[in-house]
Amino acid sequence: MSETADKIPAPPVPPVPPEQIKAIPVRHYGRWVAGALVIAVLVLIGTAFSNAKINYSIIPQYLTDGTILSGAWHTLYISVLAMALGLVLGVVIAVMRMSSNPVTSTVAWFYVWFFRGTPVLVQLLLWYNISLVFPVLNLGFYKNEMNQVMTPFLTALLGLGLNEAAYMSEIVRAGIQSVDLGQTEASHALGMTQGKTLRRVILPQAMRVIVPPTGNEFINMLKTSSLAYAVQFNELIKRATDISSTSLAVVEMYFVASIWYLILTTVFSIVQYYVERRYARGSSRSLPPTPLQRLRKNLRLFGSFRRPEVAR
Amino acid sequence: MSSLSKDTGIGRAPAGGPMVRAEGVHKSFGLSHILKGIDLEVNPREVFCIIGPSGSGKSTFLRCINHLEKISAGRLYVEGDLVGYRQRGDKLYELKEREVAAQRRDIGMVFQRFNLFPHMTALENIMEAPVQVKRESKAVARERAQRLLDRVGLGDRTGHYPAQLSGGQQQRVAIARALAMEPKLMLFDEPTSALDPELVGEVLDVMRDLAEDGMTMIVVTHEMGFAREVGDSLVFMDDGVVVESGHPREVLTNPQHERTRSFLSKVL
Ligand SMILES: Nc1ncnc2c1ncn2[C@@H]1O[C@H](COP(=O)(O)OP(=O)(O)OP(=O)(O)O)[C@@H](O)[C@H]1O
Ligand SMILES: [Mg+2]
Repeated sequence: MSETADKIPAPPVPPVPPEQIKAIPVRHYGRWVAGALVIAVLVLIGTAFSNAKINYSIIPQYLTDGTILSGAWHTLYISVLAMALGLVLGVVIAVMRMSSNPVTSTVAWFYVWFFRGTPVLVQLLLWYNISLVFPVLNLGFYKNEMNQVMTPFLTALLGLGLNEAAYMSEIVRAGIQSVDLGQTEASHALGMTQGKTLRRVILPQAMRVIVPPTGNEFINMLKTSSLAYAVQFNELIKRATDISSTSLAVVEMYFVASIWYLILTTVFSIVQYYVERRYARGSSRSLPPTPLQRLRKNLRLFGSFRRPEVAR
Repeated sequence: MSSLSKDTGIGRAPAGGPMVRAEGVHKSFGLSHILKGIDLEVNPREVFCIIGPSGSGKSTFLRCINHLEKISAGRLYVEGDLVGYRQRGDKLYELKEREVAAQRRDIGMVFQRFNLFPHMTALENIMEAPVQVKRESKAVARERAQRLLDRVGLGDRTGHYPAQLSGGQQQRVAIARALAMEPKLMLFDEPTSALDPELVGEVLDVMRDLAEDGMTMIVVTHEMGFAREVGDSLVFMDDGVVVESGHPREVLTNPQHERTRSFLSKVL
């Protein structure tokens, strides 16, 4: 190897020029075909709807009609309250279900079994007719005719909320079980009681698993609350049908109601996104971008798709 | 470096008697008999090392000391008090959850897998127990947490979440978290086993420092170098019994039992 030392060194390899690569991007012809097909179908459906006997011109004016607005408000608040009841009761039932006490865990099991196993509409109607079973409500300090107590609001709240609790308890249970056992041990080793451990350590971590399906449940609840129409609660569908029975604009009113449902679910999808972000704290090194940040990024990408930098 | 004892009350010695005393401690999980009569004494300010092969019951014994596991037979005392029970006459009464929690306050524990709370920053992890358990004010707890972080060399990582820290940094935060309760006794369960080799040193340095401050420590470890240099006593456990005990240098260089010899020949 020693003779190689006095050999003339080979000429250095020319370095790769530090220019930007200019390549022709892959053409996605399939995308253009699919896009054209989608537009064609949309046009067909659009013309069919516009030729139907539907009086579209009255929809905008009814969107902000006082009766409809009050219906949307009732839908919103019964959904929020029923969901809140479902969430709190759901946590309680989930904790009962996982308790080592066989009585509490069996009670929780039966609760979920019953409320998940029967239709919500039936549950609402049962609460509506609860006076058949308990004609008088007597709490000791408070006594009244059951028919007086069970207003449409309370009927809707109990019917929707108790049913929701059954579903929420399963979601919460899955969330709690997703948290590493080492967390409980570390918390206990620090001298925290079971209750404190649950509130300060387990539930905040379980939230990451609980929040996404809960958002789903809430959006479901916004629409399921329309069943409360059967117990005379003045939510959106009830108010829409009230109007259509006098104005004869039946389908138009369903359109109005649907637009409101879309508005409500859209707003809550956005809220859900930010709640999820909040509970993602500490689970990854950096938080995901907000929709606004993502929109800006997508616009940039879209821009570069429109003007490929290749040809220039 | 040894400033901790003055400003955080760490290392104060209890009045006489051993810190931990185990008398014929047994533990079974269902049919499997894991601890088969452990007798030992850990004195105040002592660094007590436990070594032994995997599955010999080292973690189980450590977890019995702060009642994360209930012992099946025998007696276990910390500072003269029965762990998890109260004795009246010849009857034992289980302690209530709150009383068990109160006993655990004085015993810090550091886990192999750190077990930091991932939804809290380093500082919040350390403040949590003093605020929640001791009802300390946030300002006081924060000040001590900051001091402890400085002490373990992480004063500039207060706002970091565990996922943003290296393994060695996480373990140092975990030690600081345990110290925040001003424990009289620290239990370490293989605190460096989950770490990359180059990170082991920084954690052992913190522990060495703590030992110099006079903290009573029970350390389950595979770091024979640490046991030899820092340890005051060492026991070798195998199959749920203490096979051999003595001064670390004695046991490690001149083991008396065949099982100890064959174990040491594998790990050294
Ligand atoms: N909760 C439990 N239920 C049943 N068996 C258990 C439980 N915890 C531990 N064991 C068993 O007890 C034995 C001793 O476990 P332990 O964790 O104490 O061993 P170790 O000496 O710490 O080992 P390592 O060095 O691997 O950590 C093992 O065989 C283990 O399977
Ligand atoms: Mg172990």
